[in-house]
Amino acid sequence: MIDRRRLLAGSATAIATLGTGSIFSSISAFAKNASAKDVTLPFENGKRPMVKYPQKRPMIGLTQRPPQLETPFSVFNEGVITPNDAFFVRYHLADIPLEIDPDKFSVDIKGKVDKPMKLSLADIKKMPAVEIVAVNQCSGNSRGLFNPRVAGGQLANGAMGNARWKGVPLKAVLDKAGVQAGAKQVVFGGMDGPASDKTPDFAKALDLDHARDGEVMLAYSMNGENLPMLNGFPLRLVVPGYYGTYWVKHLNEINVIDSVYDNFWMKTAYRIPDNDCNCVDPGTAPKATIPINHFTIRSFITNLADGAKVKAGETRLKGIAFDGGSGIKEVAVSIDGGKTWLPTKLGKDLGKYSFREWHTAVKLPAGAHDIKVRAIGNNGKTQPMEALWNPAGYLRNVVETVHVTAA
Amino acid sequence: MNRSIVLAAALLSTQAAAGFTAAQAKPVKYKLPEETATFKPGTNREAVMNNCTACHSADYIQTQPRGPKFKKDFWQAEVTKMIKVYGAPIDDADVGKIVEYLTENY
Repeated sequence: MIDRRRLLAGSATAIATLGTGSIFSSISAFAKNASAKDVTLPFENGKRPMVKYPQKRPMIGLTQRPPQLETPFSVFNEGVITPNDAFFVRYHLADIPLEIDPDKFSVDIKGKVDKPMKLSLADIKKMPAVEIVAVNQCSGNSRGLFNPRVAGGQLANGAMGNARWKGVPLKAVLDKAGVQAGAKQVVFGGMDGPASDKTPDFAKALDLDHARDGEVMLAYSMNGENLPMLNGFPLRLVVPGYYGTYWVKHLNEINVIDSVYDNFWMKTAYRIPDNDCNCVDPGTAPKATIPINHFTIRSFITNLADGAKVKAGETRLKGIAFDGGSGIKEVAVSIDGGKTWLPTKLGKDLGKYSFREWHTAVKLPAGAHDIKVRAIGNNGKTQPMEALWNPAGYLRNVVETVHVTAA
Repeated sequence: MNRSIVLAAALLSTQAAAGFTAAQAKPVKYKLPEETATFKPGTNREAVMNNCTACHSADYIQTQPRGPKFKKDFWQAEVTKMIKVYGAPIDDADVGKIVEYLTENY
């Protein structure tokens, strides 16, 4: 008889290697154990369990069915690439695939194409591969920090990650099938679906020119490994610079159409105000909306948590920045509430869609300090000092502030 | 405590032992942790259990914002959205009970 309590009290390694099936009838013991280690995200009703899923390290549990997992923010200080086992998970609908035979898996390419075809995973892997380092970020990342609050997944800043994706350009696949004249959009469907047949199935569309830009890709590898199941095994769409809603997981359907796709997930959900700031006065509704698209520019301090205590004197600061694909031009920090800004040194450039590391050192006299960080993109765009608001809780990119005490 | 079983588990690949099987055994199978999120006790909890949990776990509700702006109107709008947008087959007779329960308990 195994003493579960003793086992679960053991090292993280021991816990990670214990399993389901033949040894335990269920993995629920993990969840109970994990909930002893709750975390509290920095907003009201922000208490969350730390949960352990297969292929994942302990993650911040948002929901269980379908699973939604947020990356603990400390992970972003470990390196510029987010490890697969710490990468966030977001599903919309509960009927998610839990058993996939990669030998039988195929993608249907159909619609307005000359040669409709099914490509197996092996077919796709035989095509010339490309690699790109790109951030994936949930549209609702940081929604819990909106003021006033809005309904939806209440996330802090951990629904983002940066990975090296390998696969084939969508353009190559579309060229193989031969897109017909008059085609307007390409619709993507995955194996995950609704629990009820009355719920609109999840599918997203991109304009044809975007789909054929050579950068949008079908990825079968993430950081040199197969995609984790919960991140879209065995194939997902990668749309560099665009919010994660377009990065369809378990991708098995590519449909070329000659109209603008108007299902619920394009026409009603994932819309942002159609104006320059993509924002409205808090609590009001936009007059017109457009589908969400590029990431807004963001930057974070990763080596100091809010409320940190540091030694007075020189303090090292480091963090990450990214935008929707213009690339990061500079990152500056302020230790006087945004009155003056100090330059930082940028780290290695892994490409315009990647997190860009930055670092610097500042002198902090004894006392309380608000340290701010702000990025500027190659397109000249920067972050607002005051948070912008929209009713769905998307696009958050306010200048972040970390409160520290030096002594 | 049976050390040999624990050791055997530790010797398996982390992935396989953690509920994920690849390499040797195809297809790839994934085992989700057992669902543990529950609804708070309260009047009309049954109407919520009978309707909401068909499509999602209780933490979808538990984690929503709290406060005076997130009471009856908020939950009425959410339930209406579930019916109109997501096609939740909720009986008219249950709608009021669900909204009442959510307003009372969350």
